[in-house]
Amino acid sequence: MRLLRLVAVAWWLQLKMRSRSAFDGLLSLLWPGFFATTIFMMFRQGDASGPALLSAAVGSSAMGIWSAVSTTAAFALQMERRQGTLELLVLAPQPFALLLVPLTLSMATIGAYSMVATLLWGRIAFGIDISIADPAAFVLAVIVTVFAIGMLGMLIAISSIRYRTAWALGSAIEMPVWLICGFLVAINDLPAWVRPLSAVLAPTWGVAAMRAAATGHSPWANLGWCLLTAASYGVIAVLVSRWMVHSARANATLALS
Amino acid sequence: MVRVAEPVIEVEELARTFHTRRGLFRRPGKEIEAVKGVSFAVERGELFGLLGPNGAGKTTTIKMLITLLLPTGGRARVLGHDVVKDARDVRGKVGYVFGGDRGLYERLSGLDNLRYFAELYGVPPRESKQRVGELLELVGLVGREKERVEGYSRGMRQRLHIARGLLHRPQVLFLDEPSIGIDPVGARELRVTVKNLVESGTTVLLTTHYMFEADELCDRIAVIAQGRIVAQGTPDDLKQQVTTGTVVEIEVFGLPDGVLEKVRAEPDVQSVAVDVQGQAQLLTVHAQPGADVTQAVMAHLEGSRFGRVITRQPTLEDAYIELVNAA
Repeated sequence: MRLLRLVAVAWWLQLKMRSRSAFDGLLSLLWPGFFATTIFMMFRQGDASGPALLSAAVGSSAMGIWSAVSTTAAFALQMERRQGTLELLVLAPQPFALLLVPLTLSMATIGAYSMVATLLWGRIAFGIDISIADPAAFVLAVIVTVFAIGMLGMLIAISSIRYRTAWALGSAIEMPVWLICGFLVAINDLPAWVRPLSAVLAPTWGVAAMRAAATGHSPWANLGWCLLTAASYGVIAVLVSRWMVHSARANATLALS
Repeated sequence: MVRVAEPVIEVEELARTFHTRRGLFRRPGKEIEAVKGVSFAVERGELFGLLGPNGAGKTTTIKMLITLLLPTGGRARVLGHDVVKDARDVRGKVGYVFGGDRGLYERLSGLDNLRYFAELYGVPPRESKQRVGELLELVGLVGREKERVEGYSRGMRQRLHIARGLLHRPQVLFLDEPSIGIDPVGARELRVTVKNLVESGTTVLLTTHYMFEADELCDRIAVIAQGRIVAQGTPDDLKQQVTTGTVVEIEVFGLPDGVLEKVRAEPDVQSVAVDVQGQAQLLTVHAQPGADVTQAVMAHLEGSRFGRVITRQPTLEDAYIELVNAA
């Protein structure tokens, strides 16, 4: 109960902090909007319609969540380091990985705003029929996907504890994940060697669950895998973060100087 | 105040070496010994000062004691917990406050900063609101707590830092140059706060550059220079270690040429320094122990216009400068 309260309060305050800048807020809506526009236009030119366009809309909206998390998660700890709060986080008598959960979840929540904006943009500007067959399951799939992407973001962020320049990692993997997780193209169209990689990435299952709920198929198996992979990220994060914090203490990388 | 001689901080031959590398492929390494085997102990309820110039190893020592850095040699225990093996136990019982603008979330209000750190530091939810209120009162931020920190003055930020550091009622508080950049009124309020904390039983380890602050607050002081402790004791002990006798300070308006050399040549004069202060020059003369050089110095200044003349005993600052220069 105590840990849940910690995550909830910290998530709310992190979200408050990240939502304070109107400029940042505008960018988090505009940026995914440009990508979504490109995708909708490409699908249109390929004569896609009906379920294919809906699938593209769901995929491009998930891109918004992922982009919000991947590019900022790794940079978030560098920001904490710059403002001198990273040392204070490490000093807290809590598992460090736990403190990262609300941080990356707040980013994923901001990503969820852009998801809604992307779906609305598809409906208004491109006339895509956003009729969701099972709205309750769809909303649940979105929540689980946001959580899973947050957990993946946490894994990315952890490397920044030890390595001051690891924030570049987030930008480096942003676009490959769009492809590997099947946000834009079907995973079956990817080379066979890529598919195991898709399977271990939680967003793959999250987006599949969202698409299934939107088109009236059962999302539960995909949701189960999504949760399982996200939970495994949590376990890995706890183990890796212990080592990373220890290494950062040994190599004096918690502060800027 | 009754004290029990029970060390809450025990430091034995603590050392820390930093390794830096440059370049991409052939990376020449460089080793910097920031702390070279320091030893000291701090008793419960004591206010212990760590004085030293920039780069002496004060912050590195503190960071090892609060578990942010791993020592490369020696050992240290805080409240009986080893800072390497029992890092989590140490973290729950110590507070850390540093000086400067950093260490706060600028976009959040002061109140939200405290709420956030209260959760992180495990303040029980039922106590949290009351504790935050108490601390806002203690540091004088009541009425400003809902404003964003980005609009706070440096003094307000520093007071918020102190409130943050006290949220979980730490038994040992580490203050790393807490009064840096604060105006005199704020610094005085800070000293009162620190005194009150010590009176309520908190053990404090303080680093500062301000000698009067150390002299006023500290029960004992260790002077650290180039990574080594060069002297340790009460402020009075340290003053007695100074090899100079009385100090004469004379405010002169237009110091004649050649006077400095003549004063320096006096047999009982140990050192002479001149500090320009506006239109005046402050001549500071350190005499040999047991000697009085006032008359001799004044004789060289005959015909000059001078202001105040002060003869005083060596201060902690005199002791500090001598100890650091000798290191």
